[in-house]
Amino acid sequence: MMFDRWIWLMAWRDSRASRRKLFLFSCSIVLGIAALVSITSLGRNLELAVADQAKTLLGADLVVSARQPFSARAEELIKELGGEQAREVAFSSMALFPKTEGTRLVQIRSLTDGFPFYGKFETAPVEAGESFRSLPGALVEESLMNQFNAKVGDPIKLGQLILPIAGILQKIPGEALVFSTIAPRVYIPATELPKTKLVKAESLARFKVFIKYPSTINVEALAKKHRNTSKDLRLELETVEDRKRDLGRSLNNLQTFLSLGGFIALLLGGVGVASAIHVHVKEKVPGVAVLRCLGASASRTVQIYVAQGMGLGLTGAIVGGALGVILQFFLPRVVQDFVALQIDYRIAWPSVFGAMGAGFLICVLFTLLPILPLRRVSPLAVLRASEAEPLQGDPARWLIFGLMGLGITAFSLWQSTKWYHGLAFTGGILAAFGLLAGVAKILTQVARKVISRSWPYVWRQGLANLHRPNNRTTLLMLSLGLGTFLVLTMFLVQQTLLVDLLPSGHGRQPNTVLFDVQSDQIEGVERLLKDRDLEILQRSPVVTMRLASVKGRAIGDLLKAPDRQRAPNWVLRREFRSTWRDQLVDTEESVAGYWPAERAQDVTPISLESGIAKDLGVTIGDDLVFDVQGVPITTRVAHLRNVDWRRMSPNFFVVFPSNSLEAAPAFHILTTRTPTAAAGAEMHHELIGTFPNISLIDLTLVLKTVDVIISKISLAVRFMAMFILGTGFLVLVAAILTGRYQRMQESILLRTLGASRRKVLQILLIEYFLLGFFASLTGVLLALGGAWALVHFTFKLPFHPPMLAAMVTVTSVCVITMGTGLAMSWGVLNRPPLEILRGE
Amino acid sequence: MNDKLVLEVNALTKSYSTSGGPLTVLRDVTFGLGESRTCAIVGPSGSGKTTLLGLCAGLDQPTSGTVHLNGIGIHGMNEDGRAQLRSLLIGFVFQNFQLLSTLTARENVMVPVELRGDSGADDLAIELLDRVGLADRMDHYPVQLSGGEQQRVALARAFINRPKILFADEPTGNLDSDTSGKVIDLLFDLNRAAGTALVLVTHNLELASMTDCIIKLRGGKMVGSL
Ligand SMILES: Nc1ncnc2c1ncn2[C@@H]1O[C@H](COP(=O)(O)OP(=O)(O)O)[C@@H](O)[C@H]1O
Ligand SMILES: [Mg+2]
Repeated sequence: MMFDRWIWLMAWRDSRASRRKLFLFSCSIVLGIAALVSITSLGRNLELAVADQAKTLLGADLVVSARQPFSARAEELIKELGGEQAREVAFSSMALFPKTEGTRLVQIRSLTDGFPFYGKFETAPVEAGESFRSLPGALVEESLMNQFNAKVGDPIKLGQLILPIAGILQKIPGEALVFSTIAPRVYIPATELPKTKLVKAESLARFKVFIKYPSTINVEALAKKHRNTSKDLRLELETVEDRKRDLGRSLNNLQTFLSLGGFIALLLGGVGVASAIHVHVKEKVPGVAVLRCLGASASRTVQIYVAQGMGLGLTGAIVGGALGVILQFFLPRVVQDFVALQIDYRIAWPSVFGAMGAGFLICVLFTLLPILPLRRVSPLAVLRASEAEPLQGDPARWLIFGLMGLGITAFSLWQSTKWYHGLAFTGGILAAFGLLAGVAKILTQVARKVISRSWPYVWRQGLANLHRPNNRTTLLMLSLGLGTFLVLTMFLVQQTLLVDLLPSGHGRQPNTVLFDVQSDQIEGVERLLKDRDLEILQRSPVVTMRLASVKGRAIGDLLKAPDRQRAPNWVLRREFRSTWRDQLVDTEESVAGYWPAERAQDVTPISLESGIAKDLGVTIGDDLVFDVQGVPITTRVAHLRNVDWRRMSPNFFVVFPSNSLEAAPAFHILTTRTPTAAAGAEMHHELIGTFPNISLIDLTLVLKTVDVIISKISLAVRFMAMFILGTGFLVLVAAILTGRYQRMQESILLRTLGASRRKVLQILLIEYFLLGFFASLTGVLLALGGAWALVHFTFKLPFHPPMLAAMVTVTSVCVITMGTGLAMSWGVLNRPPLEILRGE
Repeated sequence: MNDKLVLEVNALTKSYSTSGGPLTVLRDVTFGLGESRTCAIVGPSGSGKTTLLGLCAGLDQPTSGTVHLNGIGIHGMNEDGRAQLRSLLIGFVFQNFQLLSTLTARENVMVPVELRGDSGADDLAIELLDRVGLADRMDHYPVQLSGGEQQRVALARAFINRPKILFADEPTGNLDSDTSGKVIDLLFDLNRAAGTALVLVTHNLELASMTDCIIKLRGGKMVGSL
């Protein structure tokens, strides 16, 4: 008979004295389950949103785009594609708000009638989404309006064109708002484009044709038919299915990240439950021996406690499920800004129950571990006190470990898009758990060995608490260490990215970059800056070019070769903005070769950035042919450089020697540093007034924007960290409560023997201090390693270990641990010993 | 002793392996006990009394020798088999009562019946608790009962299964002499009424003299029986 009525009855009766405690333990898995429930539901809602809004994602059935004006052959293809068409030209330029004299680099998009064919611009006022074309007026993104305090009806100046602002742009089909804040968008009707006189800038523009077909046409097949021709013409075709796939991929990554975070919280909670049950079960050993004496079989007695574990899991799953459903209200808000979708709130029941089931299983698996030893409690224990036999070599234990490993692997494989990501995640978790458990083990052993009689009594006792039976060392190491590790890693990465990007307040770091300065404007611009006492920090000529061949193979051929055997598409296709000069600047560092190099007869020596050289698979001596606006130039790699890309000054992949490109059409980039924001704004205004084609980037503003983006992304990260941290705290509370009984007996004994309350308190505090200290120290070390790996491998930035953050973390974890320990033991310290002896 | 033996012990030996080699704590013990008979095991502390009782009750495996309970050899059985036999044939009373602290007096008494999966446990428990004089304390938890009361609950639990044989390890060791007297009287009363055989470990010679036979142990060996 398995789990018959009697088992449940006994489980219920047996839980009487500890029901409150057990409920508390189940809390440690509540947050993990809640996180999983809300995240898997979010995933489901995202899927539904993608399916619902598929067409509005693109705003059309097919989009043809190019980085250069359409050639005659391209126009032919576009004509052949047919359907109902609309066109867009997008480029960056300065916008001026005459009312406040504010200027900012924006993305101008000129649009013919029709687009969007599906969905619509969301604007205020609502009708502006259509009326801006006939007015004519401009649609201006909300963030830009806010920056300059602009109102609908105010003028906006783009190049030579002045238009009234027709409306505030709130939403564009298929675009996430957060990523546009570097260059906010301004839509104007296509008819007004020539009036801007920003024709020069068009060479850096992006050209698009949006096409709508009747529903009878199979757009996928059509796109497939024309894919090859369009590739040759350097056109890109995108269908709704393509967009869905891309979007699905990025949403998957987001969801994977979130759900793995939730899973970590759940595992941590599992560890908490397991250790709580461990203590609970230890107190039950005499009772189990009696039951065995009375004739209950080993299996039936164990079933009683497994039943309790199941009850615990069920409670946790129900409470966690309910909490998760509530959390679903908030989760879409966390991700809304960087998802180009309208996410509706729907309770996805299958996801809810799935996540609850996963939580329940994890909980039961984790409780089995401490319950198993009960099988080995001998009935003889009623006659003579004895411990449950140690479990070493118990095959059932390995079976459970195996099941856990299998469960974790299965879960991460299910959540990851690539199997090796799943395995890496499993490996990472096991490594972190293993390391923390290992440190805990070492700590207990060291605590046993180092204690010397000469130490003050309270220190000896506090340290001894780390290794004595029923210690919470492993548990607290795991919960505190893992929590510290994850939260600090996120924080460190965020800090590194921000700190390294922000220009230091002093020195000669530029804070303003002037783009698109034409050769004949240089003198005027320099004079203008000089008049205002602004120093020109750097002046670089820029020539745009594309690769024509690499080591003798034409780019067209290379693009058709299998992916693995060649450079990635973006490298082969990209537009290189190269400069010429004969010396290195201070953001550069020689890796190989000499610069300037000796000139050969028919080839031009160039200096290549080492990263792109690696991507292209070329090294010193290899030939590259560049197409410089129609003219092929054969070059040979003569020098390799490292470039510190973090510095916000003009950096280049390719540097030519002077006197090699002077004939090519070029523009210039100048950098300068304005002392105050006001001086900057004044200079911007005058400059744009005189030279409307020049683009100007205020780096401080860009960095602020980057900060906004990072903090939005880190909102999602922090959301996850909150669960992990919260679970860690619950586990901490549970751990302290479970050990309370043990500590209490000792405290009472000590007090009976004449120890002052102060002394008892000191012992407790020392124990918690040591635990908090070592756990957070390990967590900090793990975090430093993790952050270093992320920063080094993913972001390719140098990592400076932040000592202050590390110290603050260790200190605060110690304080929290000691504080919680104190709060949980306060009652014990203040009650008379007799009362406690009778109770509990 | 011609009547059927409830307990038959033959050449029973028990050794523990310790760091200093095997330690024999019981050597070559042989005796038998007939139905409804009572027997006391006496000897100094550490002489092996508890070990012998545990082996007889099937709580542990002997190193060599045999134990038959009601004619069934338990020395070759596995733990689960012995557990089943315990629930059918044996009752226990311990020095430190061994009530389940999370169960009320009545629930404690009911456990053996419930374990067998039989019904009517509740009525039987009430009846027995009434017999031991605790009718008004049925729904109290062990911590709310005095030592003597706890031992009376344990007695009720021991008899609820109508066991063939009752094992008691120093049942009065934790009780004052007045209370002990009452518990002992109750023990023998119930024993007689139910026709149960009794194996009793005790220091108390007066108590030992109330039984039909006495087994004297010293250093794990039987040094005499009466
Ligand atoms: N697991 C064990 N390992 C080694 N020696 C044991 C073990 N259990 C009991 N003993 C020893 O067996 C002897 C008999 O113990 P016990 O039967 O409890 O004596 P009694 O009940 O007569 O006081 C004692 O000397 C005791 O130390
Ligand atoms: Mg004994």
